Amino acid sequence: MSGRSRRRRPGPPAPTFTFQFDGRPVPAAPGQTVAAALWAAGVRSWRTTRVTGAPRGLFCGIGVCFDCLVTIDGTRNVRACLAPARAGMRVTTQVGVGDDV
Amino acid sequence: MTYDLAVVGAGPAGLAAAVTAAQAGCRVALLDAAPHLGGQFWRHRDSSGAGHRAWSVFATLRAALLDSDVDYHAGAAVWAAEADPPGFVLHVEGMAPVVARHVLFATGTHDRSLPFPGWDLPGVVTPGAAQALLKGSGVPVGRRVVVAGAGPFLLPVAVGLLSAGVQVVGVYEAGNPWRYLYRPWVLTAARLREAAGYLARLARRGVPYRTRHAVVAARGTGAVSEVEVARLDRHGRPVAGSARTVACDALAIGYGFTPQIELPLALGCATRLDVDGNLVLEADLAGRTSVAGVFAAGEVTGVGGASLALVEGRLVAAVVALACGRPSPFTELELSRLLSRRSAERRFAALMHQVHAPPAGWVSWLDDRTPVCRCEEVPYAAVRAAVTQLRATTGRAVKGLCRTGMGWCQGRVCGHATAALTAHLCGRDLGPADLETFARRPVAQPVTLATLAGEGRTDRFPDGGRPGPQRVRPGDVSPRTSADP
Repeated sequence: MSGRSRRRRPGPPAPTFTFQFDGRPVPAAPGQTVAAALWAAGVRSWRTTRVTGAPRGLFCGIGVCFDCLVTIDGTRNVRACLAPARAGMRVTTQVGVGDDV
Repeated sequence: MTYDLAVVGAGPAGLAAAVTAAQAGCRVALLDAAPHLGGQFWRHRDSSGAGHRAWSVFATLRAALLDSDVDYHAGAAVWAAEADPPGFVLHVEGMAPVVARHVLFATGTHDRSLPFPGWDLPGVVTPGAAQALLKGSGVPVGRRVVVAGAGPFLLPVAVGLLSAGVQVVGVYEAGNPWRYLYRPWVLTAARLREAAGYLARLARRGVPYRTRHAVVAARGTGAVSEVEVARLDRHGRPVAGSARTVACDALAIGYGFTPQIELPLALGCATRLDVDGNLVLEADLAGRTSVAGVFAAGEVTGVGGASLALVEGRLVAAVVALACGRPSPFTELELSRLLSRRSAERRFAALMHQVHAPPAGWVSWLDDRTPVCRCEEVPYAAVRAAVTQLRATTGRAVKGLCRTGMGWCQGRVCGHATAALTAHLCGRDLGPADLETFARRPVAQPVTLATLAGEGRTDRFPDGGRPGPQRVRPGDVSPRTSADP
């Protein structure tokens, strides 16, 4: 493949709307995933594991590993790396499989 | 409506195949789980092509696709494939099943990970994740980033981060790229130019590129804040006393890629162990698998990069066109050029896999508590006990005894590591059977119970969307796969 990477990458897209993460607003831009918007806001984890309660966030980034599961508008086990961010959605940290939230 | 060809995956291989077959007059369906064309290689958020390799190739293919009568479905995750002589049925989330006489699997790869202490800390991601975050959403993975693992892919990831204004603290490559010079005739001018370009940009920004080095641990409270880097000896084992600490707020680490072959496996396609230790599909020069009518192109036939994938996609399209009684899309000269290009790319891929092989000593940096399976939180001690105390001798037995690979990801992340650990602890070489245990997934994508029950389909099929028969037997359904909506 020929090198095409010389052109400068445009900066991060400007946020145009917000959604709620554990009660606080997170800015997001159209086309961004929930994981990307959370990451840009400095959030690194949004799930705790079932067995040890360890924090987890993004790992594979392409929907393969299921580490980034989160609860969105009451629906648990949503992959944050695939879910598009939408204005006004309520995203909450998922504890384990999300049964007890 | 029966298609001549159904293509699963709209990355370089699938896109090239769909366009070429349609141009030859075939009726083609192109299915991809992602919202955008281009697969992981051309994942994008706008049409500028900034930061992308071979973007003009993608732009040409996309224009040709939009100009053709290919039925392209975005967001169409194929969760099962079955033979339905004389063709095949593909079950797709959210739409009626797709029926085709020939099916091409161009499902690509995901990053291959090796466990190490702290690899489950937030902020530790795969190189593909760092790339997807940047290319797909414009968000850099950190401010001070370490890029590590093995393979040429580390270079564009590091350079992409630099372009986004990120401080790349270091690139640590476990392999020894000088070994490329053992067989210099396999290297093309384009490849050398590309690598030199990346290395020059790293050098200009003062980013160290250390070969035969590996990240052997990550540490931090709540998220990664530092990693431990060690020099590797000739056998890929950490050199005692060489470890040093590097501060960072993100680590992108991966050891090559794992092809996604669950769908062709379900159809009975034969596999082989590739040079890089991956289970890949057995396919001939024209992408024919061992099952008549089932084709494979790109990474699923052996990880080899986008150039090879494009060639293989075109070759499959030519064979399918002929099988459908259409004229060949290529002249004999063009065909022989494609075939020799394929051979050259395959030779390079084989060398690349030798140069960037996972370091043999990676087991030595695990501690008892290092999670091997992230989903089920299975520590290394449990995997070792399954072999040494419970006498498991196969990956399948280890999986059954300690649940590695039984969680949400269904072994996609820990499959290679568990298979390799099992072989290592048993004192033998990694075999295809070890890997196959973790590659078989009767339900290939997470689906809702409503989908399995044949309910809740929306009518997105361009051909009137008549819902076809759902042929799922109750035994095929794993409750875990119903987790993701």
